[in-house]
Amino acid sequence: MTRFYEHTTIFNYTWDQVAQGFWKRYPNPNSKHVLSEDTVCRNVRSGRLFSTRLLSKTNPIPKWAERFITSKHVHIIEESIVDPVNKVLITYTRNLGYTKVMSVTEKVVYRQSDEQPGKTVAVRSAWIDSQIRGFSRAICAFGYERFKKNCNKMVGGFNYVLANMFPLQSTVTTTHATITATSKLKDAAINASALAKSKAVPIYASLHPNQS
Amino acid sequence: MNSIGEACNDLKRDYDACFNTWFSEYFLKGHTNDSMCAPLFKVYQECVKRAMKDQQIDFHEVEKNLLGTEQERKPPQKPS
Repeated sequence: MTRFYEHTTIFNYTWDQVAQGFWKRYPNPNSKHVLSEDTVCRNVRSGRLFSTRLLSKTNPIPKWAERFITSKHVHIIEESIVDPVNKVLITYTRNLGYTKVMSVTEKVVYRQSDEQPGKTVAVRSAWIDSQIRGFSRAICAFGYERFKKNCNKMVGGFNYVLANMFPLQSTVTTTHATITATSKLKDAAINASALAKSKAVPIYASLHPNQS
Repeated sequence: MNSIGEACNDLKRDYDACFNTWFSEYFLKGHTNDSMCAPLFKVYQECVKRAMKDQQIDFHEVEKNLLGTEQERKPPQKPS
């Protein structure tokens, strides 16, 4: 059986900033489960950047699932296409190995927001499947819940990285430059960074290594 | 972030630094020639491929492209 998940997130950053941050989103306080990240293929075709990356992650599973999966780690393949002219970033991620037990495929499309200039919309779709007779419903339910939880972690972690890369973004206003602007900007940068950190820490603190 | 092969960490770091510069300063500004980081990429790739082989990761599976092909998953049809 297949469970389908769809969710839209808004990032308070421009598409260019999100595209740059995408390659730097690991590590972050919410990504302790991501163990390695490598680019295995990359080229430019017709002005678009095609990349394939290999990630390895820890694979926490409930006790009842241990009979199906013995590995503590899972490998993930992430394909992506960056179109700098139309400002679209598409990612397509799937797990390697154990795909009959549970396969998770995720597609995310990042575009500029039409309604909110300066912001980026990310539409996430995911397909969670299992082919284990008698357990597929339970496995899909587990996979779906874990996926939802990981999405929230991922967005929080990505925002943390973006806040550090572009600290003035959340406090940019159209003010005229003044002599005091420099100290105000510095304070704003510190505030934005602290705000991002304070948002990220509770998310991380609520994680438990055995949480399924 | 670590590489899958410990021996590749430094090569990865050097390549990633080059790529991030190229991506922001060149690619996003319309300069799509990707030769700037090619030498670093080559050396890094050789290391990663060796590490993948040591860990028995299936190359064929890794290099399969699904995005933009018929095999890409599609959202379920909504009832009309």
